[in-house]
Amino acid sequence: MSGFFKSSIGRKVAMALSAFFLMFFLLQHLSINILSVFSPELFNEVSHFMGTNPVVQFALQPVLIFAVVFHFVMGFALELKNKKAQGVAYAKNNGAANSTWFSRNMVLSGITILAFIILHFIDFWFPEINTKFIQGDWSGLHNGELRYFHELQEKFVNPIRVVAYVVAFVFLGLHLAHGFTSAFQSVGGTAGRKKTLQTIGKAYSVIIPLGFIFVAVYHFLTNNH
Amino acid sequence: MNLTLKIWRQKDASSKGQMVDYKVTEISEHMSFLEMMDVLNEQLVNSGEEPVAFDHDCREGICGMCSMYINGEAHGPDRGVTTCQLHMRMFKDGDTITIEPFRAAAFPVLKDLVVDRSSFDRIQHAGGYISVNTSGNTQDANAIPISKHAADEAMDAATCIGCGACVATCKNSSAMLFVGAKVSQYALLPQGQVEAADRVQNMVAQMDLEGFGNCTNTGACEVECPKGISLDNIARMNRELIKSSI
Repeated sequence: MSGFFKSSIGRKVAMALSAFFLMFFLLQHLSINILSVFSPELFNEVSHFMGTNPVVQFALQPVLIFAVVFHFVMGFALELKNKKAQGVAYAKNNGAANSTWFSRNMVLSGITILAFIILHFIDFWFPEINTKFIQGDWSGLHNGELRYFHELQEKFVNPIRVVAYVVAFVFLGLHLAHGFTSAFQSVGGTAGRKKTLQTIGKAYSVIIPLGFIFVAVYHFLTNNH
Repeated sequence: MNLTLKIWRQKDASSKGQMVDYKVTEISEHMSFLEMMDVLNEQLVNSGEEPVAFDHDCREGICGMCSMYINGEAHGPDRGVTTCQLHMRMFKDGDTITIEPFRAAAFPVLKDLVVDRSSFDRIQHAGGYISVNTSGNTQDANAIPISKHAADEAMDAATCIGCGACVATCKNSSAMLFVGAKVSQYALLPQGQVEAADRVQNMVAQMDLEGFGNCTNTGACEVECPKGISLDNIARMNRELIKSSI
């Protein structure tokens, strides 16, 4: 089996497996974020549960970090190998005649998402790690109340950050528009259900980024008026 | 019609090539693209110049030899055709046509528009066959029942002529549509089952060894394939490799 993951197809399968995990993560992340629009109390409670539950913190979170790092590192490694496989560049190449822009530019959308993740980690994850693991405060409280909703609102006051988030989510949508079906194709799972998967992929790649954009813009608008 | 041709000229495998402009006149719209190239070469020979080297053989879309990248697409702008089946009616009087060899590190240019596609042969040698004794005791073709669906899908995969348009088109120079088709045509048939695991393992290993890139599922190969080989064959190859590795 170790030989399998050294092969070109094995590496694509590994990319797809990490993509499946990340796509599931996006769905659960959005589900929780949406709660902040409808019920700040429920959002606080769920966030506190996710932030303190040992299974989430010490089992799922390391897997998530590994999946993110692996997906990017392997993505770049495959891109480098692919560049090496190309010969002299064509004087004229009509890529638009046979494929979509976003399918040909997964690395570009990936780099944009990577830049966003760094911003997102600085905004939320690093302060969270500082509070819990360095200061040792696992109470989730600030001035006697659960702090998560307040922290979320604070972040979306700055319009530049909101714009950066919206742009990143648009690129996330483009990445998912190709990546969703591509992951199923890589594990050989498209046989007989390609059309269904393409439809679900299109819906997923629109709903997920729009949901995140909605949350960011909603808090920006409600917090600034 | 009168045309301007921008053609890649390269003396030999070790030389550095360049695009060179040529004019051709009185080209009939009923000519095939290769016939237009023949007119150009007659013109070049008559003027004492070196004719443009290009691959061709059957000139009826079966052999897979013709391999030009025309106006940014393998086998040109038409669909489901090889270069020899491409007609000049696809172009307009006064057009400038860019003609390049198929590009990939695993398809080195030998001269002008001729590339070395023997990497495909080596992939085939690695497992693109079934080991049966055919000397004098050949079985009846209908002795082993095969479903119509499997036979049709295997035949579709077997129509791959190994022209290399998939590699030339792919932004990663991946050969997975070719290898997927060759793996599939046997994977779908009972005769191919005995060596199925070794076949996919060996062919994929050889494909990687030849230096082809990874498939990123853009689907460009499927669109440009003159035989309409489906991406389903790549998915099947992936499944076959996973199955053979477990």
